Amino acid sequence: MQLSNMEYDKMVKKYSPGSSLFKDCVWAFVVGGAICTLGQALIGLYGYWGADKLTAATLTSVSLVFLSALLTGLSLYDKIANRAGAGTLVPITGFANAVVSPALEFKSEGMVLGLGAKLFVISGPVIVYGVSAAVIYGVIYYLMGLVA
Amino acid sequence: MIKKIGQRTLAMESAPTLIQWASVAGKREMEGPLSQEFDFVTGDTSFGEKTWEKAESAIQKKAVALALEKAGLQNSDIDYVFAGDLLNQCIASSFGLREFGIPLIGLYGACSTMAESLSLASIFAASGCADRCAAVASSHFCTAERQFRLPLEYGGQRTPTAQWTATAGGCVVVAAPGQGNGPRVRHVTIGKIVDLGVTDANNMGAAMAPAAADTIKAYLEDTGTAPTDYQLILTGDLGQVGSSILYDLLALDQIDIAPVHNDCGLLLYDRQSQDVKAGGSGCGCSAAVLCSLILGKFARGELDNILFIATGALLSTTSSAQGESVPGIAHLVHISADRDQPTGKPAARKGGK
Repeated sequence: MQLSNMEYDKMVKKYSPGSSLFKDCVWAFVVGGAICTLGQALIGLYGYWGADKLTAATLTSVSLVFLSALLTGLSLYDKIANRAGAGTLVPITGFANAVVSPALEFKSEGMVLGLGAKLFVISGPVIVYGVSAAVIYGVIYYLMGLVA
Repeated sequence: MIKKIGQRTLAMESAPTLIQWASVAGKREMEGPLSQEFDFVTGDTSFGEKTWEKAESAIQKKAVALALEKAGLQNSDIDYVFAGDLLNQCIASSFGLREFGIPLIGLYGACSTMAESLSLASIFAASGCADRCAAVASSHFCTAERQFRLPLEYGGQRTPTAQWTATAGGCVVVAAPGQGNGPRVRHVTIGKIVDLGVTDANNMGAAMAPAAADTIKAYLEDTGTAPTDYQLILTGDLGQVGSSILYDLLALDQIDIAPVHNDCGLLLYDRQSQDVKAGGSGCGCSAAVLCSLILGKFARGELDNILFIATGALLSTTSSAQGESVPGIAHLVHISADRDQPTGKPAARKGGK
C-alpha cells in the first residue's frame, strides 16, 4: 500500500457523503424564518401593549433568549438544531443556546471552575471578535468623520 | 509459548483461553439490534451516577464484576487487569476499577483499546506471567462529547461522516493455556501508527482505515493466510465510510475482505432508524460487540474463526486545534474455537476455573 496523502484524500472524498445542501437550506430557512417571524410578532405585541419601538425590540430579544434557554434546559433546542442548522444558530436564540449549554454541561465541576470558567467557552470567541470588529468599525467611522 | 512470526505477528503456540466475558450498554445501544446480546443494559444514561465520568466508571465496574461473576471467580483470581477508555488520564478505568484490588495496567489506544487490552492480556496469559487476566474497555457518549466536542445541549449539526460514540463497555477474562474452556487467542498483531493526512476530526473512519488496512495486510502476510480462511474479519469502528475505504485500500494489494468483513460500528446500531450517521465508535463499541454478539456466537457454535481488529484515532483536542492530522492505529487479535477439545466443538459458555 503505497499511497500519497493526496491520493488518499481523493479516495476519502469518494466515500464521504456531503450534507444535503438543499434540504439543509430549506430547514434553515423555515426554522430561522419562523424564529424571526416570532420575533416580529413579539415586537408587534409589545408595541400593542404600549411599549415604544426600542423597548419593544429589547423585550423581544429578552423573550427569545429566555425561550432559547428554556428549550435548551428541556433538551429540545439541540434536537431542533440538529435539523435546522444555521436556522437556529444565527438568530439570537443560537447565542443563548451557546451560553446555556456549557452552563448545564460543566456545572458538574462546580460553580467556579466548572460553570464560571466554561460559560463562554463557545460564545467567548464570538464576543471577543464581535467587540473587536465593533471597535475597528468605530475607529474607521470616526476617522471618516474627521475627513468629511 | 509465544513465537514471533513474520514481521510483527505473535503466534500463541499454546493458546490462552477466553473463559468468560460480559458486556454493558446504555440506552441507544439497547434500542439497537444487539439489545438481546448484552449482559446488562439500562435506559438510564447516567447509570445512576451524578456525573457522566462516574457513569462511565460504573460501566467498567459493572463489566468486570459481571465477567467475574459469570466465570465464578473472585477479584483475587485475576492477576492483572488491562483497561482503558477515551478520557483524559483514563479516569473511567482508574476510578471504575479502584475498588477491585487487582493489579492494573492502564492503556490508551483510543478506540483500539479493546484489541490492545485483549492482546496484552493474552500475551501475559500465554507467557506464564499470569494465570488469568481481564481485558476491559469502555466509552460513554456524553463523556466523549464534552471532552472532544461540544456540550450535549449545544445546537450543532453532525456531518454525515461523523460517528456516534457508544455508551458501552466490555470485559473478557483470559486464562493461561489449559485453564478453562472457551475461544482461544491464536495470534496477535500489534498495529503501527499510520497517518495519511486526514485532518477532519469528524471523519474518524477515514482516519483509521489506513491503519486497519496496514495491520490486516501485515497479519495475512505474516501468517500466509487469506481473508477467506476466516469466517469473519471484524473491524472495530470504521463505520460505513471507513469500511468502504478499507476495501479500496486493500484492493491496492489485491486483498479482498468484503465478503467476510463486518464492522462493530455498523453492527451496534441500526443506521437507518438511529441517526448515528456513519456508525458507532468509541472503545466501548468494539468492546461491547465483541463481548456480546461475537463471543456469544462462539459459545453457541455459530462462529469458530475470526479476526478482530479494533481501530483507534490517536488525536486530542489540542492536536486538532493545532492543525495536526489524525493518526490511526489498529491492533489485531485472531480468535478461534477451542479445537483442543475432544469433540472439536466450541466450548460451552459456562467457563470455569
